[in-house]
Amino acid sequence: MANTEVSFVRTETLPPMAPPIGEQGIVKWLRENLFATPANGALTLVALYVIYVILSGSMPWIFNGVWNTSSLTECREVLDGTRGACFSVLTERWHQLIYGFKYPPDAYWRPNLTFVLMLVAIAPVLFFDLPRKMLIFTAIFPFLAYWLIWGGTIMTPIIALLGVVAGGFVYTRFVASNFAIGFFGAILAALVVWIIGGFMTPDTANENAMLQAVPSRDMGGYMLNLMLGVVCVSLSIPLGIALALGRQSDMPLIKWICVVFIEFVRGVPLITLLFVASVMLAYMFPPGTTTDLFLRVVIMITMFSAAYIAEVIRGGLAALPKGQYEAADSLGLDYPQAMRLIILPQALKISIPGIVNVAVGLFKDTTLVSVISMFDILGMIRGPILGGAAEWNGVYWELFLFACIIFFVVCYGISQYSQWLERRLATDHR
Amino acid sequence: MAEAATMQVSDEVAVTINNMNKWYGSFHVLRDINLTVNRGERIVICGPSGSGKSTLIRCINALEEHQKGSIEVDGTLLSSDLKNIDKIRSEVGMCFQHFNLFPHLTILENCTLAPIWVRKTPKKEAEEIAMHFLEKVKIPDQANKYPGQLSGGQQQRVAIARSLCMKPRIMLFDEPTSALDPEMIKEVLDTMIELAEEGMTMLCVTHEMGFARQVANRVIFMDEGQIVEQNEPEAFFNNPQSPRTQLFLSQILGH
Ligand SMILES: Nc1ncnc2c1ncn2[C@@H]1O[C@H](COP(=O)(O)OP(=O)(O)O)[C@@H](O)[C@H]1O
Ligand SMILES: [Mg+2]
Repeated sequence: MANTEVSFVRTETLPPMAPPIGEQGIVKWLRENLFATPANGALTLVALYVIYVILSGSMPWIFNGVWNTSSLTECREVLDGTRGACFSVLTERWHQLIYGFKYPPDAYWRPNLTFVLMLVAIAPVLFFDLPRKMLIFTAIFPFLAYWLIWGGTIMTPIIALLGVVAGGFVYTRFVASNFAIGFFGAILAALVVWIIGGFMTPDTANENAMLQAVPSRDMGGYMLNLMLGVVCVSLSIPLGIALALGRQSDMPLIKWICVVFIEFVRGVPLITLLFVASVMLAYMFPPGTTTDLFLRVVIMITMFSAAYIAEVIRGGLAALPKGQYEAADSLGLDYPQAMRLIILPQALKISIPGIVNVAVGLFKDTTLVSVISMFDILGMIRGPILGGAAEWNGVYWELFLFACIIFFVVCYGISQYSQWLERRLATDHR
Repeated sequence: MAEAATMQVSDEVAVTINNMNKWYGSFHVLRDINLTVNRGERIVICGPSGSGKSTLIRCINALEEHQKGSIEVDGTLLSSDLKNIDKIRSEVGMCFQHFNLFPHLTILENCTLAPIWVRKTPKKEAEEIAMHFLEKVKIPDQANKYPGQLSGGQQQRVAIARSLCMKPRIMLFDEPTSALDPEMIKEVLDTMIELAEEGMTMLCVTHEMGFARQVANRVIFMDEGQIVEQNEPEAFFNNPQSPRTQLFLSQILGH
């Protein structure tokens, strides 16, 4: 070592040592996280006491629950004055909670099968490491699902599918030369197929169909919530993207249509839109056509959440540096290519938390249809189960707890998926 | 200089700019620009910040519109017709100050994207082309990483490779080294020098005067939206004519 005070040269490396005893393991964790300061310790004790009070109240109620009686009075007799839940309302009325009270019981397998198939159809969309060929099933699924749930003649979904195929064909054929011809030509082609198909289907086709036809007003229970949730989320994301892009458009007409739509829909409560759907929207369709209430509600909820999703995506688009657009342009990509390959993948990735927020909100808002006398799970609980015969009059906690739990399961699942997706897509290594 | 002299310049014209003017609102950014670039020429554009250098080269691939005069690239007149614009953009490569790589795609995907979608090159062939150019810029081993995992100098070289994959006939550079740490500037300049030696037509906005001396056939000085002076590098640096050029050169070479 040199003799001067400032210069220093290390000649040997110090060996690594274990940290002092109080600085490792559970003792360290407790001290740092729960009892760091006296105030912190006091808060920990208060919190523990609150948890104790909640659990000591609810646990006996849950574990003392009765699962196999057929009415509230019977349940009270079994409980004999002790504290306990009457879960038997769930076991006795589970089919009403799930399917509503009018769906034909011998057809329960149809929604069940649809649900399972839906998981298969959604999988390749959610998990893009799965083989892309599975998307073919995803494309057919909506038509299959319609046929399974509503039943009736198989002609309806086949004609619908043919119309979409015809539209897609026209679109791919003409879009290269002119977007407008491709787009409106596709809509026209689909309409032609649907109208011709409608004429060719005999009016009596539904009567001796393979699957008994079930009208929309017979759908109910949690099934109705799931149907509305899945249909509206999958429609409102593409519509939201289109609105967000339209709002950025250079074409003033398109831009203003999108702005007015978004601002109007966001400024109106969903419940108002639902009342409009239940009473007024019928006037807007051509006279003579009876549009089903389910469809009208789907239109309203989709519009509502699409407006919110559009704003979320607009935020994502605004967060992208201008250089990304310029790089895409300078490489010669045209507008649709630049959007699809460069801009939207990044903007949507930024927007995932916001989109999921809207999707979860939308799914929970499907319970609002109970106020326009559709019997979704909340409608079933408040109507036929609690308000019908006297059997279960007064079993609030058990029913609403059940509704909370099945909504929570789905919403928590969506939220976990979105967190996984965000991690999976994190490539920017900031 | 010796090296510059060996590089071929043909008398075929690559870019012609005629009395071009551009306004941002009422602000006259480019005034009466006249410039002819021959095939194989390497032009360095310099000038104070805000003088319109970026705007000028961005007009050449129509990232900015001009309002008066004409620009002809490779015999194609730039108009507001989208067909022409896409054609010109696929012939003209551009590198930006901030690289502008696509962060959600790997290096290889960054390079193959435009050939596949614009040139309709089969994926396999596009990947071979991409690997060829990534080798040229000396980063083939990073092909499967994402841009965020690379250093600035590496990212800029990828950006150059990405442009080259479109087999452009003209390359535009907008201050390609000014966002880089000093030790990375050389690797990017070396790549550009190599490109120049192969006879690429290049327009570079840069303040790297060493680079200008080594490869440019012509240096253009811009101020307040006008071309103030242009000359061969030797004469430009040793004997600037306009007082504004003299002032500018004394400022950037002074320290
Ligand atoms: N999009 C724009 N809108 C209005 N003014 C702009 C815009 N882009 C650049 N300018 C102005 O035009 C002038 C030239 O800009 P630029 O070409 O970027 O200069 P340079 O690249 O030489 O620094 C500057 O004064 C700048 O403020
Ligand atoms: Mg600039």
